[in-house]
Amino acid sequence: MPEQTTNDTPVLTLAGARKSFGAVHALLDGRLELRAGEVHGLVGENGAGKSTLVKVLAGVHAPDEGVLALGGQPTVLGGPAGARAAGIAVIYQEPTLFPDLSVTENIFMGRQPLRGLRRIDTAAMRRRTRELFAQLGVQIDPDRPARGLSIADQQLVEIAKALSFDARVLVMDEPTAALSGVEVERLFAVVRSLRESGAAILFISHRFDEVFALCDRVTVMRDGRWVSTDPVAELTVGQVVRRMVGREVSQLYPRQDTQVGDAVLRVRGLTRAGVFDAVSFEVRAGEIVALAGLVGAGRSEVVRAVFGVDRYDSGEVLVDGQRLPRGRLAAAMAAGVALVPEDRRQQGLVMELPIERNVTLTRRWSLSRLGLLGPRVEREDAHRWTRLLQVKVGHLSDPVSTLSGGNQQKVVLAKWLSTNPKVLIVDEPTRGIDVGTKAEVHRLMSQLAGEGVAVLMVSSELPEVLGMADRVLVMHEGRLVEEIARDAADEESVMLAATGQAGRS
Amino acid sequence: MVRKRLGTWDVLVVAVLALVVVASSVLVDGFATSRFWGFLLLDVIPIALIALPMTLVIITGEIDLSVASVLGLSSAVMGQLWLSGTPLPLILPLVVLLGVACGAVNGLFVTGFGLPSLAVTIGTLALYRGLSYVVLGDRAVADFPFSWTGTFIEPLPGTTVPWVALVVLGLAVVFGVVLHATPIGRALFAMGNNDQAATFSGISVAKTKFWLFVVTGAVASLAGFFWTMRYASARADNGAGLELAVVAAVLLGGVSIFGGRGTLGGVLAGVLLLITLRNALQLADVPADTLTVVTGTLLIISVVGPNAASMLRDRLRRRRPA
Amino acid sequence: MTTATKPAQGASPPRARGDVRGARRLFVIRELGIALALVLLVAVTTISNSRFLSAQSRKDLMLGATILVVLAVGQTIVVITRNVDLSVGSVLGLSAFATGKLFLAMPDAPIVLAILAGVGLGVLCGAVNGALIAIARVPALVVTLGTLYVFRGLDYSWAAGQQINAADMPSGFKRMGTAVVLGVPVLALFAVAVLLIAGFYLRSYRSGREMYAIGSDPDAARLSGIPVGWRVFTAMTVSGALAGLAGVLYAARFGTLDAAAGTSIELNVVAAVVVGGVAIFGGSGSVYGAALGAVLLSTMGAALPVLRIDPFWQQAVVGSLILAAIGLDRALTARIARRLRGRRARGA
Repeated sequence: MPEQTTNDTPVLTLAGARKSFGAVHALLDGRLELRAGEVHGLVGENGAGKSTLVKVLAGVHAPDEGVLALGGQPTVLGGPAGARAAGIAVIYQEPTLFPDLSVTENIFMGRQPLRGLRRIDTAAMRRRTRELFAQLGVQIDPDRPARGLSIADQQLVEIAKALSFDARVLVMDEPTAALSGVEVERLFAVVRSLRESGAAILFISHRFDEVFALCDRVTVMRDGRWVSTDPVAELTVGQVVRRMVGREVSQLYPRQDTQVGDAVLRVRGLTRAGVFDAVSFEVRAGEIVALAGLVGAGRSEVVRAVFGVDRYDSGEVLVDGQRLPRGRLAAAMAAGVALVPEDRRQQGLVMELPIERNVTLTRRWSLSRLGLLGPRVEREDAHRWTRLLQVKVGHLSDPVSTLSGGNQQKVVLAKWLSTNPKVLIVDEPTRGIDVGTKAEVHRLMSQLAGEGVAVLMVSSELPEVLGMADRVLVMHEGRLVEEIARDAADEESVMLAATGQAGRS
Repeated sequence: MVRKRLGTWDVLVVAVLALVVVASSVLVDGFATSRFWGFLLLDVIPIALIALPMTLVIITGEIDLSVASVLGLSSAVMGQLWLSGTPLPLILPLVVLLGVACGAVNGLFVTGFGLPSLAVTIGTLALYRGLSYVVLGDRAVADFPFSWTGTFIEPLPGTTVPWVALVVLGLAVVFGVVLHATPIGRALFAMGNNDQAATFSGISVAKTKFWLFVVTGAVASLAGFFWTMRYASARADNGAGLELAVVAAVLLGGVSIFGGRGTLGGVLAGVLLLITLRNALQLADVPADTLTVVTGTLLIISVVGPNAASMLRDRLRRRRPA
Repeated sequence: MTTATKPAQGASPPRARGDVRGARRLFVIRELGIALALVLLVAVTTISNSRFLSAQSRKDLMLGATILVVLAVGQTIVVITRNVDLSVGSVLGLSAFATGKLFLAMPDAPIVLAILAGVGLGVLCGAVNGALIAIARVPALVVTLGTLYVFRGLDYSWAAGQQINAADMPSGFKRMGTAVVLGVPVLALFAVAVLLIAGFYLRSYRSGREMYAIGSDPDAARLSGIPVGWRVFTAMTVSGALAGLAGVLYAARFGTLDAAAGTSIELNVVAAVVVGGVAIFGGSGSVYGAALGAVLLSTMGAALPVLRIDPFWQQAVVGSLILAAIGLDRALTARIARRLRGRRARGA
């Protein structure tokens, strides 16, 4: 099939796209060529510029430089509406639907079929929705509100929306990240049938098996730049990984051997109905334990329950043999547990507050004297910790939002390391930060383990898991399915367990 | 840097306040008299008092529109208790308890049931005001002993400054210290900017907000006690509409309606500006209606101003080459 | 039960049923609930005093609800977009006084001119609100709190203590205030017309549906290319226009006018909207529910004295109703969300 279309003019080309946000260069040389009737894979590490490229295609960001051409014609999108008018549909990892409105209305918002007096033709709209769903082979009630739809169903609604305006280009940004195996299969079937009908699909994923199974060609990006575009048949996983990382993996993970002590954190039979089930494990002093698995496997939920942010139905969490009360974050902190959360901007930091306030927020009581907290104490303390972690700051009184992603993450780390934790839980510690800072964060984690801290790391990046962890715990659909020792852990064993196939191989 | 940038608005308010005072002293007869200032301070007291906890509430991203109704209910209950022969020294703690209860109801609906405080307190605004009519009807209780009512408007010896104003100033210092120089204050700013990040930092958001509503209720009932004593009259409609003046003063003082930003000093300046301007215009025989226009315009300027300024700043920054 | 469902069906348009049924189920439940409460209230009051439903009393009830319904319809459009308009009482006052002034200046002015003048004045006020919200990006709560003062202040300075008496009004205009067509007061017909037009617009027009989309998720609305600022501006202007119309109706009904007309009615309007099941944070609810809420509130005001309940209870009941309504909405939303999730779990 691809051979037929190779000679045609590409549906979409992007050349030399640049995009900077202040001092952050998110995209330095974005290139892309999409042909009709192909599924085009886009891979790269977090922070490689994929999301920015997607937003350029979606019309959300206007590129600072570079040319976007549709069907050979240079085009300026001028906003999301313009992108849609040009036939580009974008499906985000977490779709943006209107929760209060029905599925039908969500699909046709702003483009409803009309009848006399420019009224909305509700009957036609529902009929078309039925047709679209039939075409996609899914069963969603067109009249139900979008609120409460699973992510997979929301994506299907977004795809139906794209079909409804005959999108020529469909961009899917990590659509499978939160889907179960069955849902992924259903999505692939839909994508393949879209390809048959001549659409160009840009498919972004972290899972190589999916990219290799689905895509015709693959573009690799690194550090905001285009690296290569090749037919998938001419590539191996190893080649792609090397192009993505651009250096030897071992350099990145300066793991030093440490003396492993007694178990500090014990989790027994932790259960929350529908989220995770009977999770038991322990983390010893001086040890880095990775919690691996697919997005949506319940890893973040488990660590949040351990830390007391979320409640759990049964089971127990012990630190140094002392049982932590359920859902009491303050008690967990007092017992020496710290959590560097997954979402830096929403959970890790108060973006509008000064750097110094963020660093000292966890210790506002211990820094106070007679209940009073002066700016000088805060500044001195923040100064000490930001220097210790080599955070590049202009002024400590600047809002933390002015820092780059990597430096923001260091502030989160400072905020928690300063509490002198016995158990440090880090959820996606290096998501979206630059390669240099990544190595620093990893070195820091090693060092902490060396000092006897028990480190529990949730990570979706396999190289990180394999490079850092002494033991790998793998979760699949809310259960802890496998524990793999460092020597036995490799990409294959972890991925098999994470996709729920450990027993079968 | 940030402190300076955030501070610009309060500085501006203080500057405008100074300007108003100077201009009025020159232009308005009787403005620069101690008698006028004595009355002005008496007018400031209820609004300033309620503005203190309201500042904290708005900084956490919530709002309490029921304060004036709590004031009215307190006044009505005072009247009824007095009619039934309760002595005033006993009435005072009872009224404060009532305020605590009213605040707790607000807090429960907002933090316990997770309802928006705007809707909840519009509801309790009607509820508490309604209850004050139920308690006292349209009667006025005005036979409080002068030994009490006179005391509350008494100036400090040798001055025209009412002693209650000093008490309010003392409370303002307490609230200011709590907001700007204690761990609690840090938590309030954090949750006002981002509830979730505050929770992840070990702050009990719901509990803190609940107690804030309770404190607000208690302070509003104290304001009700003062109001009743000052005008020597307990009525169900006492302080009706005061909530808008309080919110206006707080926002004028530079507190962001979205939460997370503001200073107590700015709020005090805002309250003073509002009342000074009003009383000065009154003194200058400007009709009362113009005052209303001035209040509203000030409120709008107080939110449009910082927004427009920051938009301008953004635009300039973007134009500058990276 | 059968008596309860009838008025509800009459009030909600026949075509609404079958339209995007699932999404509307919540509203229908809510509207039915309010209708049921209204029917109960009327039934109990009538049993206690049969004159409550006499022709004269019916007319009074309808007249009493008219102004609140008109305002509630405008407020609903605003609240659906996740905004609020607190200035409606002041706009009403301004427009009512303007109507009086107009007739003082031109006793022979046609009624249509008075209506146009009132609505025009309202449009102006609403446009000021809308511009501040949409262009200066200031929250509606603060802007309209400010213009609540400003418009009322302008009203007072214009009136300068003057009171316009019913005697100064042309008789044709006063007749409109009391005239009855087929048992329904003419003024109430205005409210019905406004209600039906707004309901039709919100349901059947793209821009109407976009109002819901904006309130449901403003960011998603922007992403899907909806002109959010413009729509919000429109909503505020419509609310102003309806407040202006309400001012003219007020003038026709009461005749005697001073600058205080409509003072603090804004809270009753917000109460009616919330009781009527419009979510205070936008995205859901209907003008029919809000209108039912307005009728319920005004009927309650009339029923309390008949039931020999101290009328001083009225405001307390209004407050409790607001709290009950938002609590109920929260519970209903949670239940429906659970049911929808359950359906998916079974489907997967």
